[in-house]
Amino acid sequence: MSQVIKVEGLSKLYRLGIVGRRTISEDVNRLWAKIRGKEDPYMKVGETNVRSVSGKSDYVWALKNINFEVKDGERFGIIGKNGAGKSTLLKILSRVASPTKGSVRLKGRVASLLEVGTGFHPELTGRDNIFLNGSILGMTQTEIKKKFDSIVDFSGVERYIDTPVKRYSSGMYVRLAFAVAAHLEPEILIVDEVLAVGDAEFQKKCLGKMHDVSEKEGRTVLFVSHNLQAIKNLCQKILILDNGEMFTLGQTEESLKIYNELVRGTKIDAHTEIGNITNRRGSGAIRFTSIEILDSSGSKRYKYDLGESVRFRVSYKVYKKMKGLRLIVALLSGLSRECLTLAYHKLTDVELIPGDSGEAEVEFTDLNIKPGEYPLYFELIDGGHNSNSKDVIDDLTAPLIIKGTGSYNGTSFYPDKPSGYFSTETVLNLNEIFKDEAVIRKAL
Amino acid sequence: MSKHLAEPEWTLEIKPVSGWLNFHIKDVWRYRDLLLMFVRRDFVAVYKQTILGPFWFFLQPILTTITFTIVFGNIAKIPTDGIPPILFYMSGIVSWNYFADCLTRTSSTFVANANIFGKVYFPRLVSPLSNVISLLMKFGIQMVLLTGFIIYFKSNGSNVNPNLYILLTPYLIFLMGGLGLGFGIIVSSLTTKYRDLSFLVSFGVQLLMYATPVIYPLSALPDKYKWLVLANPMTAIVDTFRYAFLGAGSFNIENLIYSTIFMFVILSIGVVVFNRVEKTFMDTV
Repeated sequence: MSQVIKVEGLSKLYRLGIVGRRTISEDVNRLWAKIRGKEDPYMKVGETNVRSVSGKSDYVWALKNINFEVKDGERFGIIGKNGAGKSTLLKILSRVASPTKGSVRLKGRVASLLEVGTGFHPELTGRDNIFLNGSILGMTQTEIKKKFDSIVDFSGVERYIDTPVKRYSSGMYVRLAFAVAAHLEPEILIVDEVLAVGDAEFQKKCLGKMHDVSEKEGRTVLFVSHNLQAIKNLCQKILILDNGEMFTLGQTEESLKIYNELVRGTKIDAHTEIGNITNRRGSGAIRFTSIEILDSSGSKRYKYDLGESVRFRVSYKVYKKMKGLRLIVALLSGLSRECLTLAYHKLTDVELIPGDSGEAEVEFTDLNIKPGEYPLYFELIDGGHNSNSKDVIDDLTAPLIIKGTGSYNGTSFYPDKPSGYFSTETVLNLNEIFKDEAVIRKAL
Repeated sequence: MSKHLAEPEWTLEIKPVSGWLNFHIKDVWRYRDLLLMFVRRDFVAVYKQTILGPFWFFLQPILTTITFTIVFGNIAKIPTDGIPPILFYMSGIVSWNYFADCLTRTSSTFVANANIFGKVYFPRLVSPLSNVISLLMKFGIQMVLLTGFIIYFKSNGSNVNPNLYILLTPYLIFLMGGLGLGFGIIVSSLTTKYRDLSFLVSFGVQLLMYATPVIYPLSALPDKYKWLVLANPMTAIVDTFRYAFLGAGSFNIENLIYSTIFMFVILSIGVVVFNRVEKTFMDTV
């Protein structure tokens, strides 16, 4: 196997604040430094990109010294928390943005899918859009003509192919768009979280297609996602980014283990002030100040046995006046991030004023959920469900792990995949024929 | 050294932006199918979006011509070289419009396409090029209108003399498209950094029109200002256009050569600047 992607010392500097209003004096400063043969003064002050801490400089390294290689036919995953630099890396690889330092070398044709249906025009028919979108993605007319029937077939919207896409349902739209993308034949396919849109069936189809593309056709796939389960199923190797730097690079299993340690290592307590993180949903009227996951004896744990009870203890602080408070704790599916089960509790109906704080605990008394990893979702919202006064935490905590031990008998067949989500009591009744057979066997 | 032989042959290297002359013109050619698709999209979109569709293309020059005839012809009494004012203004407007449209449309390339540009790589130059080509549709329709008026006036015995210089029309179109594209992509490149420039465009284009013999003939110009108007590369083009279709005004080969050189210079500067900005604009837009 030979290398098809080689990334060396890749770095990207971004300027924060109001973009597009670069002052001329800054440009002059830059030029002056260049004339004197000095380093760009604004590059020196660049800081590591930690979004939770407000920096002293306006410049941050979105990526810092990234090095990796991808081999022919490999399925390579990239994960990291929000703002870790995943998208920036993909943008550079797809030539949409330029690096500040370092280089990327590629072998073969690259197609990147940072979005499905880029450039679709609502007035054009499905047929026209296949040609338009195909050309944007780098196919030639002849190529598209050759694959046209198979694209239409794959999309399953043949009946509407001469209808403007503005009359399509959103499902049909995405199907058509993905059908075009699926028929690209690049040596390297770069896929961003396109899976975030579309239903579970569509997500599976995409994942399956990516698997096929690499397995059967020997193409290289680069896949970025938040969805650990999808990454786990698809990729052989994983690069983990954290604050724009390489955290680890290795085989999927080990990397994922390290990643979960990393996420768990983000201490969610008053000390790190999760209550002050700015880029969260809501206007900051209320913030979680800590989240703890405790077992029945009160000690912190992430791994639980089936049927055990789990307690989620949260503290919060109020920053703006709001009326009433509700707490939501939910378990999500690892694959599609759909909500599996949700607890909704009224904490109070009285008016809260800035400075108020409190603590609440929700206990799931009997976790009848099959073994697997389940991301957690926490939300605080006011009594009127006003989306301005809320706080959501859905990617800062490690997933809850349910272990398949003891008397549980449903996992051994598929050790890696959850065999459904809920554990239901079932009773096996053997019917007459089997009983008879057993008798006959015994007699023999 | 033997280790180097085993290195794979890279087909593409992505590096920080450096230098100004790092082109991917070959890429534009490779994406010629995309150019066609963009043009097709513009055609279909115009045709489908409004009920009146291309009818608007007729209406605009007619209304402008009427306004100019009243204001500049009847009120200000600016001479028109002995040509019926309607034909004089309309010929000026039609040719000027193509240039002005090219300029305005391409000047918003980066801002208007930020969404697509942020998702997929293709040579960005394809976008403004397709604008210049699809604007030919509007120009073509307005030419039909103009031709109709010329035939009408000619058959009514007016002093209109279309001549063989009409054969120069494709070249004039090429010059206008080139100039519009050149100016447009320079502006579009600068607006990614300095937003306020976009406000200047429509204003600037309007002012420039008054420095072009659209509403007055070159002959009516005082010698004092003639150099200023002649320095405008559009002057020779509009003048030649009018000379070819109406037989009035002048044809001056030196002025046309000046416009040609000007076009190539401005287009080259445009391509260089645009090429540089297309790599960094995602960070600034």
